[in-house]
Amino acid sequence: MKWDEFFVTGDPMIYGADVSIVLTMVGILFYLTKYKKWKWLWDEWLTTVDHKKLGIMYIVSAVLMLFRGGVDALLMRTQLAVPEAKFLDSQHYNEIFTTHGTIMIIFMAMPFLIGLINVVVPLQIGARDVAYPYLNAVSFWTFFIGAMLFNISFVIGGSPSAGWTSYMPLASNELSPGPGQNYYLLGLQIAGIGTLLTGINFLVTILKMRAPGMTLFRMPMFTWSSLVTMVIIIFAFPILTVALALMTFDRLFGSHFFTLQGAGMDMLWANLFWLWGHPEVYIVILPAFGMFSEIISTFSRKTLFGYKAMIWSMLLIAGYSFLVWVHHFFTMGSGALVNSVFSITTMAIGIPTGVKIFNWLFTMYRGKIQFTTPMLWSLGFIVNFVIGGVTGVMLAMAAADYQYHNTYFLVSHFHYVLIAGTVFACFAGLIYWYPKMFGYKLNERIGKWVFWVFTIGFNVCFFPQYFLGLDGMPRRVYTYSEESGWGPLNMVSTIGGFMMGIAFLILVYNMYYSFRYAKRETTGDAWDGRTLEWSTPTAMPPFYNFAKIPEVTGLDHFWRQKQAGKVEKLKVEDIKPIHMPSNSGVPFIMASFFFVAGFGMVFDWMWMAIAGMIGVFATLFYRSFEYDDGYYVSVEEVIETEKISK
Amino acid sequence: MANKTVANEHHGFPWKHLIGFVLSIVLTLFALWIALETDLSMTWILIIIFGFAFLQAALQLLMFMHVTENSTKSNLTSRVQIGNILFAAFVAIVIVIGSVWVMAAGHAKHDKHQHSPKTENHENHGGGSEHDSGEHGSHE
Repeated sequence: MKWDEFFVTGDPMIYGADVSIVLTMVGILFYLTKYKKWKWLWDEWLTTVDHKKLGIMYIVSAVLMLFRGGVDALLMRTQLAVPEAKFLDSQHYNEIFTTHGTIMIIFMAMPFLIGLINVVVPLQIGARDVAYPYLNAVSFWTFFIGAMLFNISFVIGGSPSAGWTSYMPLASNELSPGPGQNYYLLGLQIAGIGTLLTGINFLVTILKMRAPGMTLFRMPMFTWSSLVTMVIIIFAFPILTVALALMTFDRLFGSHFFTLQGAGMDMLWANLFWLWGHPEVYIVILPAFGMFSEIISTFSRKTLFGYKAMIWSMLLIAGYSFLVWVHHFFTMGSGALVNSVFSITTMAIGIPTGVKIFNWLFTMYRGKIQFTTPMLWSLGFIVNFVIGGVTGVMLAMAAADYQYHNTYFLVSHFHYVLIAGTVFACFAGLIYWYPKMFGYKLNERIGKWVFWVFTIGFNVCFFPQYFLGLDGMPRRVYTYSEESGWGPLNMVSTIGGFMMGIAFLILVYNMYYSFRYAKRETTGDAWDGRTLEWSTPTAMPPFYNFAKIPEVTGLDHFWRQKQAGKVEKLKVEDIKPIHMPSNSGVPFIMASFFFVAGFGMVFDWMWMAIAGMIGVFATLFYRSFEYDDGYYVSVEEVIETEKISK
Repeated sequence: MANKTVANEHHGFPWKHLIGFVLSIVLTLFALWIALETDLSMTWILIIIFGFAFLQAALQLLMFMHVTENSTKSNLTSRVQIGNILFAAFVAIVIVIGSVWVMAAGHAKHDKHQHSPKTENHENHGGGSEHDSGEHGSHE
């Protein structure tokens, strides 16, 4: 392979990206060296097993990926703004919509939610960390390395271009030659290890590490939604793992699972992909539902309406989510019976979702609503998500779907559920728990600007796309003719897209502004909250979270304590030595070896892949014989951290 | 932060895991051998390797996945175990039977018929597995 095949060449935008990547790297290295931050970086972040720090790293990565995926989106919108534009060629456009979709789902939405789950869930259940803190670090670093491996594809080797669904035979060696598609397979495979481990870790954490008295039906709704999400992850992700492995075998080792020759079944890939892909949709929406439940309850000053109905509807959704996958390929033509069955299951899954919508409305009914920014995002969610849901039921009708399939109607539908559902939740949750993570709130006035610019931009961008779809504009086309008449609505849509981009910039400015000027929180209860994460005496909980594990007597325990005026003060005699896990650099090193192995596989350099895998196994071996069971924090250190007088 | 290790609670050599691991590998290799190296008919190959698959699943549940574990402290653990196993069975059935049903119905069936291993095996006078029928068909 020559160097000009190794690096992507010939496109001025890519050269620009090369330059900016190199400059950013040099800038980071210079900063770390000049301010002597290397040791700080290693001790505080790279080796940490603290769920709060891992959560923050997840969120930072997710925001960076939101930027990358957003730039992809704006490039596409620019190309589509006018008919027959020459801004991007078709191959470049294909690569961009592929990376946009993959990054937004796998490397933005999931880590953003998992980051918030990491920060919040152990605090909500009154635990000092997750069940397996070391495994949690492995989860983060494999996700991060998977994301980085996927992201370098656009400067080294070329990006995948077969869509985020990577249907066969388009994704085969014959039709997608080169390393691009391999990046997709390996990046997702490595990140998938992290997701699966997170699923196991948080399932055990929630089942086993709850504070005394917190029965399952006293858990906060966000914890419940996380629990259900983890169950779906554990059962859905192995399907993706197997499907990706089979396609990797097809591409690298000449097997015939999904190929056209050798009795392969190309549509079996689509079948397996959506067997994972539909549960995945609920993996990214259920935690969002949980967050909205917490936020709406807090800012309505009321207990959540229909707590048990919420839980049962989530469990129902978890079961149903495995029964609807064929609605993604009704047009494959499995016949009237198959399509009818999946039409009905798809409409049925709307019922528990509708139950939840009404529960949120009834929670607000006669509540004292405070219009804070997290609450605004939650209200915006209800309105916009319902639009996405209604169009979803339209798409669920198999006969009608033959008309909508592969048009902008579908594109608009899933952006209405994924942005108004997941992205609004990420923003709402980030703002709501920001004081828990950083000790101060984001500025509310600037936050309201972000909300309005983003929400209006979102509707301006995606509402016209319903009509473009009904007018027959197919998705994934890089340009269209003047005569099609799609020009004006596309221009409107592009304007909306850029408004969302501006809103993102205002959000980033708000982070900077609040870092400089926001009033620092003096208590742990920034929003007058209801659940245990707000009961810590300091704004940011100490690394061991709770000096004394709380005893829970019911739902919204902390709120009822406050109402009764009986918030417990920590006493010296309550403090006992605290057992905590030790930091470890092994997860980071293991993930780095995964990068080497993955990169080798991408370019079919087997010596490199084998060397990387040997490294991975060496770290596993090392860990197996490492008898470090953590350490104890002394009573004196706890007293000093909690600043209580003797 | 003083890193003081606590006395570990792991005792004894993990024989159970080692035996489970070795048996899993043996079962896998045996299935591979049956599929590639024997002259059994397609039906028998499928029956045998499916049998091995179920055997291995049971083995792994027993050796690695604490299927017999029970908690005396609360009945939550056993209820969670039962719920998990039932849900796992549900998902497994949906994936396998659902995929077969979806892929074999309607147009997909028609499409499959053209490429189906049966037709190819027929041309190659039967025998051999699905995947090597194309390559090794000539010397049969």
